[in-house]
Amino acid sequence: MTETTLSPAPSSAETPAAPAKGKSLYALDKLTQKRNASETRFKAYGITAILIGLFFLVVLAVSIISEGTPAFTRTVVEVEFAVSQEQFDDAEKQLFKTRAYENLFISGLKQQLDESGVTVPFDEAAIERLLGKPGNTIRSFFRENPDQIGQPVGFELAASSRVDGYMNGRVTRDNIVDSRFLMKSDLDIADALVEAGIIKTAFNWNFITGADSGVDNPGGAGIGASAVGSFFMMLVVLFLSLPIGVAASIYLEEFAPQNRITDMIEVNISNLAAVPSIVFGILGLAVFIQFMHLPQSAPLVGGLVLTLMTLPTIIISTRASLKAVPPSIRDAALGIGASKMQAIFHHVLPLAMPGILTGTIIGLAQALGETAPLLLIGMVGFVARGYPDGLIAGFTEPNSAMPAQIYTWAARADYAFYEKAWGGIIVLLVFLLSMNILAIILRRRFERRW
Amino acid sequence: MKFKTLVSATALAVASTAFVGAAQARDQVQIAGSSTVLPYASIVAEAFGENTDFPTPVVESGGSSAGLKRFCEGVGENTIDVANASRKIREKEIKACAEAGVKDIIEVRIGYDGIVFASQQSGPAFTAFQPSDIFNAIGAKVLKDGAIVDNSYNSWAEFNSDLPDVEIAMFIPGTKHGTREVFEDKVLLKGCEDTGAMKAMMDGGMSEDDAEDACLNVRADGKSTDIDGDYTETLARIDSNSNGIGVFGLAFYENNTDKLKVATMGDVAPSTETIASGEYPVSRPLFFYVKKAHIGVIPGLKEYAQFFIADEIAGPQGPLAQYGLVSDPELAAVQASIDAEETMK
Repeated sequence: MTETTLSPAPSSAETPAAPAKGKSLYALDKLTQKRNASETRFKAYGITAILIGLFFLVVLAVSIISEGTPAFTRTVVEVEFAVSQEQFDDAEKQLFKTRAYENLFISGLKQQLDESGVTVPFDEAAIERLLGKPGNTIRSFFRENPDQIGQPVGFELAASSRVDGYMNGRVTRDNIVDSRFLMKSDLDIADALVEAGIIKTAFNWNFITGADSGVDNPGGAGIGASAVGSFFMMLVVLFLSLPIGVAASIYLEEFAPQNRITDMIEVNISNLAAVPSIVFGILGLAVFIQFMHLPQSAPLVGGLVLTLMTLPTIIISTRASLKAVPPSIRDAALGIGASKMQAIFHHVLPLAMPGILTGTIIGLAQALGETAPLLLIGMVGFVARGYPDGLIAGFTEPNSAMPAQIYTWAARADYAFYEKAWGGIIVLLVFLLSMNILAIILRRRFERRW
Repeated sequence: MKFKTLVSATALAVASTAFVGAAQARDQVQIAGSSTVLPYASIVAEAFGENTDFPTPVVESGGSSAGLKRFCEGVGENTIDVANASRKIREKEIKACAEAGVKDIIEVRIGYDGIVFASQQSGPAFTAFQPSDIFNAIGAKVLKDGAIVDNSYNSWAEFNSDLPDVEIAMFIPGTKHGTREVFEDKVLLKGCEDTGAMKAMMDGGMSEDDAEDACLNVRADGKSTDIDGDYTETLARIDSNSNGIGVFGLAFYENNTDKLKVATMGDVAPSTETIASGEYPVSRPLFFYVKKAHIGVIPGLKEYAQFFIADEIAGPQGPLAQYGLVSDPELAAVQASIDAEETMK
């Protein structure tokens, strides 16, 4: 007889492992509670980490936008002003012609103010302190439009950086110290001119389209010329690193035998991707400028240096996307009699294209924001002085790049240039964001999933 | 098909870059060097481009020594035409130049620059310094109770009761700057002599040269920081340290009077007038050097040099003086020497 088997289940006191009688399964025991608590804690850590990240992102975005927006507006002096033929001829005879035009303008403005009955006392020196450096704008206008000489022409000319600061709140009556740049009393004149509608704030198109200016002329500085420099550099990077990178990865991925040499090459490519960019700058200086005698400060050289830097990124991402194409595609192509090259170029490569393009764009975006190597090949200083004339000049004429231009501005004494640097960062970020969005769109539209 | 176009486009791009790299004569003046001279050079370069038919020169930054080194690389289109310097060219640099074939150098003095000692506008009352104060603050070895000892001063008030009792924190130009040399000559060495430390060192058996070198050593315990970047970096350090004293150029200080207050040196306040008259002790001439062999080859080179030191530009009423350069009282002589293309001996 096996009576024991029929006997009722032993009481909980005898087998402690069984759940207590009358206790629901939903009631958690200690161990489960502990595990759940640790999971909750981990989630909290994760959320905290994300919040910290977001906090820094917000701080960064807010400071960039608040510091950078003044660069996009500027204070202008808007007046009608006429130059007679004699004045024009006389100014053109001088050595410092732009200064002559400035003096003409100042006396013209003074006369206008005298007539308009502004009550605040002012003199020519005070007007000069209010103005930026309008000479070149006036001179180039009358040189290009000689038929306008003798007639009143409406000009919108940049005010001085300190008046600009007064309008956007950087300079106040409390923190201003009398100097030859601006007197406290000049602010009264500025106020009167604002009331008269002569001084006003306008969108600063010149900042987006203009070139770099001398350190005493922050109102005339723009990032346009260096953006063009960046553009030509990106052209060089694109046309060199994309074909080289794709060819190298196709060979390594599809054709190369697995042996010591290819292993070595692979390790080196990965290592190259981690090399600090300044190293490429020194290499560029030594090889391209000192040895090959390519022109100094040229976007061509910058592009070559950045190509070296971008190549590993492109090779690595290209190989990853080639690997992601299923072997069945190759096998099917080979199976119906395609040669290896046909299989790759007709089937594998088109399928890998979105991945390759994404990798390339991200590599380009990285290269666009790179400053360190450019410092060494002479792109810092007063370099982006104007637009290149022509396509070839775009590659070989000295020019700067956006990040190098930002660095240059940040180092200048006048605080107005510091604002320009922040504004430049906004422009650079807009470029980077749009490139990244392009990469995402390409990936979304053309990506195939299996 | 697509691939073929890609290949041919690449080939074209490579070929064209190779072609233009080899050819193309340079038509703009290339300048590099001192970051102190850079602001003035950029003002002149911009005005030169606006007022003449020559293209605007390129001015690169990098420091006096780096600029002169590139200047001395040789003669030819791929070398720079002008080197900016905030100090005089050294004998060994002239020698290096000559070895590389740069034999005829025209020296151009553009004016004077003051070096000022400034601190936070709202910081402690640093209003008057003597060279001896600066030496006592940051010299590696100082004279204390009649003996030469390692500098252990923590506060300014320990050696000069007129100065605030706050921790010493000085930000001085790094050794690659031309400013450092003037700072050493006119402040540290002077302070070393004034405090009697130099005499004590020589009495202790050092030769005069060794004593001078010892005077220029700066303490390395963190009380003095070398700034290798620009004045903006010094300004950022001062901004974050209310006890900090920074070394600036006069023009930089004048552009930032809302943030900085300046101290007198040897009882003279720095200004363009006191520097021009020579009363303010810490000032130095600024130079640029022109490669004579490039005159006539690079269009606009001589014109640039002449334009730079014309009365309208470098004179007391010109834009350079407006920005903060102390104009040279002997400008006419400099102008004459450029007109005659007088080279250094």
